[in-house]
Amino acid sequence: MSKLITIIDYGMGNLGSIANMIKHIGHKSNITSDHSHIKEAEKIILPGVGHFDKAMQNINSLGIHDIVKERVLKEKIPVLGICLGMQLLCSTSEEGKEKGFDFINAQAKKFNFNGEQKLKVPHMGWNYTEIKKDSVLFIDKKSEQRFYFVHSYFVDCYNEEDILTHTDYGDKFVSSFIKDNIYGVQFHPEKSHKFGMKLLKNFIEKA
Amino acid sequence: MLRHRIIPTLLLKNNGLVKTTKFKKPVYVGDPINAVKIFNEKEVDELVILDITATNEKKEITYDKIEEIVSESFMPIGYGGGIHKTEQIEKLFKIGVEKIILNSSAFSNPKLIKEASDIYGSQSIVVSIDIKKDFFGNYKIHSNSGTLKQKKELITSVQEFEALGAGEILVNSIDRDGTMTGYDLTLIQQVSNNLTIPMVASGGAGKVEHFSEAINNGASAVAAGAMFVFHGKHRAVLISYPKYEELEKLLNE
Repeated sequence: MSKLITIIDYGMGNLGSIANMIKHIGHKSNITSDHSHIKEAEKIILPGVGHFDKAMQNINSLGIHDIVKERVLKEKIPVLGICLGMQLLCSTSEEGKEKGFDFINAQAKKFNFNGEQKLKVPHMGWNYTEIKKDSVLFIDKKSEQRFYFVHSYFVDCYNEEDILTHTDYGDKFVSSFIKDNIYGVQFHPEKSHKFGMKLLKNFIEKA
Repeated sequence: MLRHRIIPTLLLKNNGLVKTTKFKKPVYVGDPINAVKIFNEKEVDELVILDITATNEKKEITYDKIEEIVSESFMPIGYGGGIHKTEQIEKLFKIGVEKIILNSSAFSNPKLIKEASDIYGSQSIVVSIDIKKDFFGNYKIHSNSGTLKQKKELITSVQEFEALGAGEILVNSIDRDGTMTGYDLTLIQQVSNNLTIPMVASGGAGKVEHFSEAINNGASAVAAGAMFVFHGKHRAVLISYPKYEELEKLLNE
């Protein structure tokens, strides 16, 4: 049965690709910043590419902040943050001064490779995810999963139980988290072909 | 996961896909959207799309078509063709392109490489060069879809591009283009030995073994066009890509 996912449009991110992937896996999406649409949403995707502060400023000025907070914290609808969207679910980011949604006890921090490792920032390219706990996002824990990453900031989870996957880049960083109905992925499922399709399908059908 | 990227290259002409042989006789191959949909299913990790007439015909980039292609692609896209200003680069990133590829403007306006990499980071800026052997057998760069021979020496040029901030150099052999007879391994060696940034080999791939050869001669990644759009000796149009597990087995030694 085809489900309808609400993709929050706050002016940042390539929403077309996400919408197309959702369509490809047999579901529907509604790209919107309309308050009434968000109030009726059953599941939300929070996408994002760009600067943390600009994102939160856009979200705040569109009046979306409180509506999303109520739906997620009170009514417990599942929310999936993608890339910057994942970072917005945290309390703060080293990238800026604005406060995030603070749905999860975590902060976004900048990759800092001092000298010895000489790894490039942003982390850009395909990389693996190492699964740390059971979840609906990754049903098949055995097969190797790779996803496309492009980011200069990563999420540092203060509660270890929230960590869903680790990825290696210099050190291990949190590439996805789950806390109750709150999901965040640092990679771009919409650019990770079959792996992204599987993950989105699981989020839509099982979360 | 593949240690070396294997990148299909799609050539755009008037919003349709074409394939050339030695940069001549473009043959219509189909709608880019259909090709992208097929590559989506084949686990292609990265795709390059080049508009081969935008610069010479002084046309503006067809953003709508590119945005459509990007939205239908479930992998990152590199785009080249007709890019001469930072405003165009900004627009391309906004519509979801991951990497932009500069060719003609690397010679007509090399400052653009520095400007773009300063703003967006070198990882997103690729310089692509097309090479033809001259009468004496020397490799010469030809910009503007192969129509303008550049005097500057090959190695000097690529080292300058690297110094200006290019993140990758895509080296295409015009002589091997579309022939499927194998990459120009001497060319690959010469360039990769004189760069610290990754070099992507292009021009001449006909089978998976050619990929190993290019990689063993210094290519960090390989690109192919004809091999993924034609099939058989009569070159029937067929969009294809080898099975990922087979590529892993053959290339991850």
